[in-house]
Amino acid sequence: MTDESANGRTGTMRVKTGHAQMLQGGVIMDVTTPEQAKIAEDAGACAVMALERIPADIRADGGVARMSDPEMIRGIVEAVSIPVMAKCRIGHFVEAQILEALQIDYIDESEVLTPADEANHIDKHRFTIPFVCGATDLGEALRRIGEGAAMIRSKGEAGTGNVVEAVRHMRTILGEIRRLTVLSEDERPAAAKHLRAPLDLVNWVADHGKLPVVLFTAGGIATPADAALMMQLGADGVFVGSGIYKSQDPAARARAIVEATTHFQDPEVLARVSTGLKGAMPGIEMDALVGGELLQSRGW
Amino acid sequence: MSVSPLPSRPRVGVLAVQGAFREHQAMLSAAGADAVLVRTPAALSDIAGLVVPGGESTTLRIVAGDSGLLEAIRAARAGGMPMLGTCAGLIALADGIADGDTPLVGGLDVTVARNAYGSQVASFEAMVDVLGFGDGPCEGVFIRAPRIIRTGPAVEVLASFQGDPVVVRQDGLLGVAFHPELTDDSRFHRWLVERARRYAAGRTNQTMEDSRVRA
Repeated sequence: MTDESANGRTGTMRVKTGHAQMLQGGVIMDVTTPEQAKIAEDAGACAVMALERIPADIRADGGVARMSDPEMIRGIVEAVSIPVMAKCRIGHFVEAQILEALQIDYIDESEVLTPADEANHIDKHRFTIPFVCGATDLGEALRRIGEGAAMIRSKGEAGTGNVVEAVRHMRTILGEIRRLTVLSEDERPAAAKHLRAPLDLVNWVADHGKLPVVLFTAGGIATPADAALMMQLGADGVFVGSGIYKSQDPAARARAIVEATTHFQDPEVLARVSTGLKGAMPGIEMDALVGGELLQSRGW
Repeated sequence: MSVSPLPSRPRVGVLAVQGAFREHQAMLSAAGADAVLVRTPAALSDIAGLVVPGGESTTLRIVAGDSGLLEAIRAARAGGMPMLGTCAGLIALADGIADGDTPLVGGLDVTVARNAYGSQVASFEAMVDVLGFGDGPCEGVFIRAPRIIRTGPAVEVLASFQGDPVVVRQDGLLGVAFHPELTDDSRFHRWLVERARRYAAGRTNQTMEDSRVRA
C-alpha cells in the first residue's frame, strides 16, 4: 500500500524490493531470544528472523506453529540495529497486520508455521511493510510476486540440516528462468499457463533473465560450504537457522557462514573458515520424512 | 613535456562485502568505468575510485574489519582515491556516528545517525534537488536511511530534504543518504568516474574538474 505525504511516498514497490537488494550477499539468521539476536549481529548477519522456535524444534515438537509473541519480537528489535524480520502463517493477514504494527522491517509469510488458509496467500500489496515468501519453482515464485512479495527465498526443507532440497529448488527456479529466455514471444502465454504464473511477470523474466526481486536461499543450510554452494548456484543471499543453533558452537559457525557467503568464490577462504568448527547439526535424510512432514509442500 | 592522456575507462571498484554492489557495478559500467568487485585489500591497488554501497553497516564493520579491508580503504582514501558512499556507504565515510561507534573509513567531516527515519515501514521516495550536478531534481529512494546531523566547515551540502543534508561532498568524497543505484539517474556515478579518470592520470585539478561537472 503506497501512502503519499509531504514526508515522501512510503510502501512503494521500489522501496520494498530495494530493501531486499540491500541485504544481498548477506546472511539472515533465525533467532528466538535477544541474546541470540546479539550473537547473530556480532557474527555479521545482515538481518535476523524473530521466531518462537527454530524449525528443527517445530518439527520435533509438532502442534500448531504460530506468529511469535509481540513482546519477544520487541525485545529482539531493541537488542540489535540490523533489520528484524518475523514470520506469519500462510494466509494469516491479521498476524501480518500485527507484525506491521510492531514496525519490524520485513514479514516472512512462511511454510515453517502452520498454514492458516489452504487456498489463499496474503494480499501483500495492501501492506506498507514488505514480504518475503518461499518458492519451490518459478511458477510459485511468480505467483507470490504477483501477490506483492518483494523478495523470494527457495523453500528448501527447513529444520533438516540437509541442503538437498534447497539445491533442487534453486536449480529449478534458475533453470526455468533460463528456459523462458529462449522462447519466442508467441510461446510465452503457453509457458505462463504451464507455470500457472501471471503473463506480465513471465514476460518480464523472459526479457531480463532474472526474477524482478531478490532471490535468497533457505532450508537446510548447515555449513559454510553449503552457503557457498547456494551462492555459486545463483542465490543472492542466505537464510540459516537450525543449522547454526543445532550445531555445537553456534557463534563460530554463524561467523563462518557469513564469511563463506561473502567469499563464496574463494576456495582458500572457504577452507580456512571451514576449519576447526565443532560438530555440525546431525541432519535428517529426506527419505526419513514421510509426505505429511514436508514443510515445503505447504502453500502453492 | 607532454601530458599523458586520461584513461578512457578508468577502473572503479565496488566494495562487495554485502549489499547492493551489483546495482552499483552496472551503473558504473554504464557511466564509462571498468567496474570491478572488491572483496580483498589486494584488489584496491589497481582501482582509481571506489563505491561503498548500501547494505548493513554493522555487517560491513565486522566482515571488512576482520579481513583488513577497512584499513586498506582508509589508506587508499588518505592517498586521495575518490569515493562515493550511499546509505550505509555514507555511514562508512562519516567521521562521526551518533551512537558512539568508531568510524569505519571516515574522511567526511559529518556525523550521522543510523536508521534515523525509523524502520522499513517508514522508508520512502521523494524528489530531491541537487546543487551543481545538473539534470534537475533526482529521485531519492530512502531505505532505513541514515540522517546527517552535523556537517563540518569543509563539507559542501549539495542537497537537503526537510532541512537535513542528504548529499554532501568534501574534496574527493561524495556521500549520499539515499540510493541512486535503484534508479536510472547516474549523475553521482558519472562524477565518480570522472574523478577516477583524473586520479588515474595522477592529476587533480580541482577547478577544471568542478567546471566540467557543473557544465
